[in-house]
Amino acid sequence: MATKSKKDQIVELAVLAPLDWVDERTAAVRGTKWFLFRNVPRDISWAQTLGSAALTAFIVQTLTGVILAMYYEPSAAIDPVTGKPVAYSSIEAITNDLTLGWLVRGMHRWGASVFIILLFLHMGRVFLFGAYKYPRELNWITGVLILATGMLMGFTGYLLPWDQTAYWATVVGINLNGTAPFAGPWLAEFLATGPEIGADTLPKWYALHMLLLPGALIPLIGIHIYLVTRLGVASPPWSSEAAGRERPEVQPTGARAGLVRGSGGRD
Amino acid sequence: MSESRHDTPHLPGPSLWPIGFAIGVACLLLGLVLSWIIAAIGAVLAVAFGLLWARDVTRDVRGEVPDIDPETRAVSDTAAAVAPVAAPAPLPSYTRSRFLEASTLGLGAAIGAVVTLPVLGFTILPSFTNREESEADLGPLENFPEGQYVIASFLAHPSQGEVSRRTTFVRNNGLTEAGVPSFTILYSRCVHLGCPVQPNGPIDEQAAKEIDGVELRPVLAQSFGCPCHGGLYDAEGNRRAGPPVRSMDRYTFSIRNGRLVLHELYAVGNVSGTGANATISKYPWSTPGTHVDGIEAWLYPIVPSQVTG
Repeated sequence: MATKSKKDQIVELAVLAPLDWVDERTAAVRGTKWFLFRNVPRDISWAQTLGSAALTAFIVQTLTGVILAMYYEPSAAIDPVTGKPVAYSSIEAITNDLTLGWLVRGMHRWGASVFIILLFLHMGRVFLFGAYKYPRELNWITGVLILATGMLMGFTGYLLPWDQTAYWATVVGINLNGTAPFAGPWLAEFLATGPEIGADTLPKWYALHMLLLPGALIPLIGIHIYLVTRLGVASPPWSSEAAGRERPEVQPTGARAGLVRGSGGRD
Repeated sequence: MSESRHDTPHLPGPSLWPIGFAIGVACLLLGLVLSWIIAAIGAVLAVAFGLLWARDVTRDVRGEVPDIDPETRAVSDTAAAVAPVAAPAPLPSYTRSRFLEASTLGLGAAIGAVVTLPVLGFTILPSFTNREESEADLGPLENFPEGQYVIASFLAHPSQGEVSRRTTFVRNNGLTEAGVPSFTILYSRCVHLGCPVQPNGPIDEQAAKEIDGVELRPVLAQSFGCPCHGGLYDAEGNRRAGPPVRSMDRYTFSIRNGRLVLHELYAVGNVSGTGANATISKYPWSTPGTHVDGIEAWLYPIVPSQVTG
């Protein structure tokens, strides 16, 4: 065996050995390689990036939402200082008083639309490319559930500023749900917590928006991405390549193969 | 001999006494909090059952022969030569592992239900219980001139603030033929999707007043329109145009010490006639956008207000 170069020795000591240590106990490195090192069809294009774009938008929503939750107060009570509802006053404070609050709120507010738009574009791409067909039916089904949950996120988030737009849009939205046959009136009264929107509606929708729905959405996205990783990206309809391509045998030379260019596996 | 004793697992025989011992200890601990009598009873129980348990467990060591029913299988084996006997009983089909599996699942389900059902109930039930709207006192009858609509707005739940503001259109119809005071009290919520219906006519701002938190503004209107989707209602609240599916909701009312008091909302299918002589087809209140009469009402067979009153 040839003597290793200085660089290879450092890489071995500082990167590969600790990774081996972790991988032996968790399989995390193999798992990451399984997730990231996979074949994609030769003739994919920017159209196949819409799903990743939607995921990025969702991550932005999550981060900005967590930060907004630090300053937002979901209370319909009147703030004695401003004379306005506490929720609306806290939105005003985020937008006008707190440093960079306008930016984070703006990212969350406009990012919501970006997320939904990207979901629809992604859905359209999958439909037009026929990428929902065997064996990817469950990708489509989980995707539809993600779309529905994402729309509910938008519906519940819209009430939170607690202004006239939020109030009346939600009145109409709840009553639209109320026209569903049989269960509609029950659903409407559940959403409003009583016959009409009241002080209890706001904290309930806040809990739905930031606890219940993300709790449903994040696992759905996880399943969706797992399925994409497992089944691979579909080649376009005009592709000369076979529609389904076998995954490469994963890490034939162990966990470290291919992790560092010019090293690992071959020494 | 001693070799084989070590090979076979040595277990004490089954005993029920630990149950009594445990009850005794629990009693004793409870008694420490409650009263010394209970503690004494617990101590006696614990000692008595503890001794019985110890006697059971040490039976082997003391060389006492346990009183166990003799094995009967050997008897049937020898009897087989004499008389034909029934085939040996088949092995139990309900094995120990199946029992444990079922009891684990069953216990898990029971524990899950004990936790989940109250949580689910608390999620859903508050929306449908304790929901009586408090009465609203709109003030003296003199403020409602006969034959003219007055926009009356008030807080249904003053503790909740502006979000509970309700706006009604009140018209004093004078007396019915039977000599009973008659009022038409329309609720401003559009029965299409709940937007605020507006009177189509000039508001007499000069005569506007506020009494005990109730805003009263006389208006010259013979119809009502909704700004959201173009619903149009006539002076009796009947739909004239646009998407609403029934007539405007109304309040029941009473007159108490010369003051007009509103009670609960009800839905109206159709109003024929006008004012004091109107015939109102009355239904339990339901969400805007839901039909209360006609064939479409079959889509909403039970509405929450029918169940909760």
